[in-house]
Amino acid sequence: MVTAKDINALQSLNSQEELKGRSLWSDAAQRLKMNKAAVTSVILLLIITLLVIVAPSFSPYSFDEIDWDLISTPPSIENMHIFGTDAIGRDLFVRTLYGGRMSLLIGVIATLVSLFIGITYGATAGYIGGRTDTIMMRIVDILYATPFMFFVILLMVFFGRNIYLIFIAIGAINWLDMARIVRGQTLSLKRKEFVEAAIACGVSTPRIILRHIVPNLLGIVVVYVTLTIPQVILVESFLSFLGLGVQEPDTSWGALVNEGAQDMEIAPWALLFPAGFLATTLFCFNFIGDGLRDALDPKDR
Amino acid sequence: MLRFTLRRFIGAWPTLLVLMTLAFFMMRAAPGGPFDTEKTLPPEIQANLDKKYHLDEPLIQQYGRYLLDLAQGDFGPSFQYKDYSVNELIAQGFPVSLRLGGTAIILAFFIGSLLGTIAALRQNTATDYTVMAAAMTGISIPNFVLAPLLILLFAVHLQWLPAGGWNDGAFVNTILPIIALTLPYVAYISRLMRSSMIEVLRSNPIRTARAKGLPERTIILRHALKPALLPVISFLGPATAGIITGSVVIEQIFGIPGIGRYFVQGALNRDYTLVMGVVVFYGILIIAFNFIVDVVYALLDPKIRY
Repeated sequence: MVTAKDINALQSLNSQEELKGRSLWSDAAQRLKMNKAAVTSVILLLIITLLVIVAPSFSPYSFDEIDWDLISTPPSIENMHIFGTDAIGRDLFVRTLYGGRMSLLIGVIATLVSLFIGITYGATAGYIGGRTDTIMMRIVDILYATPFMFFVILLMVFFGRNIYLIFIAIGAINWLDMARIVRGQTLSLKRKEFVEAAIACGVSTPRIILRHIVPNLLGIVVVYVTLTIPQVILVESFLSFLGLGVQEPDTSWGALVNEGAQDMEIAPWALLFPAGFLATTLFCFNFIGDGLRDALDPKDR
Repeated sequence: MLRFTLRRFIGAWPTLLVLMTLAFFMMRAAPGGPFDTEKTLPPEIQANLDKKYHLDEPLIQQYGRYLLDLAQGDFGPSFQYKDYSVNELIAQGFPVSLRLGGTAIILAFFIGSLLGTIAALRQNTATDYTVMAAAMTGISIPNFVLAPLLILLFAVHLQWLPAGGWNDGAFVNTILPIIALTLPYVAYISRLMRSSMIEVLRSNPIRTARAKGLPERTIILRHALKPALLPVISFLGPATAGIITGSVVIEQIFGIPGIGRYFVQGALNRDYTLVMGVVVFYGILIIAFNFIVDVVYALLDPKIRY
């Protein structure tokens, strides 16, 4: 039996719902806030970013200052080398944070490169469809099975360790996933009324893709970005570990781990601090990416 | 089935061609010739060398020759190790790499799917959270960080295991490299397995099996395991590629004489043919493995019609 009271309650509930409409984003933000791991990760990541940007300027040492009197000294507060020094007496605290700057910068820029290529390619293939789509996605399939990591290594070997080359090379191998995901989304988006309306108004195809399709891909793109950044950082670290990434005296977390690993028996701190920062950052990005995915697509829970 | 296999087989060739073409033109675009030394060679000797290695022919002809040689399984001579051909170097290193990589991929598959299944069956319990937290850690610690840490702990600190070296493949020498190679993929696979198992356990066929009153054991082993394994199987292709790439670093760290180490040394010594040979060899391996994975997947997945 539905009583008048029930109906009233339902109506007031209804009006409340109308008063405070819940968009996809506020809904997702709500769910993300409930995810303790993700929130902790966001905070940690902010702290790391802030440290990396600000903290080196508070240290009395610079990242490339060599002190032959203090070679591989353990961390100590007294001489202000709070992470110790490396094998040629450079301050590890500043170097770790400086390397973090490089790693994060490469992570963000190379991700943007891969985003740009992936979105343009995927949205074009998905929107135009037909034979163009088939050919474009077939190319992606072929490239997908190619072991690009090796080619990036080759690029670095042949053309020197150029930092811009790293950005482009890493970005260029990471766009394939993005292109696939974006294409899938575009296929469903292009049948929506607002696209039809745009076509009816005579808007050109590139403009429709740019103004009407791409903005609506934002949700999936955000999730993907948080999952791509750690991958890119990992690739860069891998290259730097092989001695093919950023060049001395510049450094990155991967390069520092490489140096630290070489004399870890006598100076384990030179390995542990950069490794800790690298792992924590990757950890945070992965947790945030996972959290965002769950928040935007709660199907899996 | 035969037609499907055949189609996939044909589909693998363009990738191979892209791989070889990229390899060839990158090598040719590389600054400096293979015989550049500190001393400039007399022009006659240079010409002779060029002739011997066919460097005097037009590029397109060299490209054709390169493909033809590859088709016959000939990777050419090594520039650095003058007495060896790249084939011989690969033949020396590959058994070592195969043993490490093969063990790693098999272990990752079994341990990963076992852990994932356990976590899925105990969803939202302490067991589940522990496994998933461990998996997240495994994903976030790259293998080139993990390997030195393992050496630091087990070789330097506890002195249980050797820090490196191959020692003709003694078992104790393989333990740490295999752990370092396997762990990240155990982590990936267990996460993948957990989510796909959870999805399968909620599906209608499993509900029916439960309704029939089948014992839980039978439900998991006979009905849920196969469909839940499908995403894991399709992940094995990328996983193999990853383990092969990882082995480059791992062999370098542990000083293991596999092809991965040749690759790094070749890269540092600018031994172009060796580096190229390793890339193409690994590429072919990865493509072949992807093909096998595709076919196995089709065999297991009743939804794929061929």
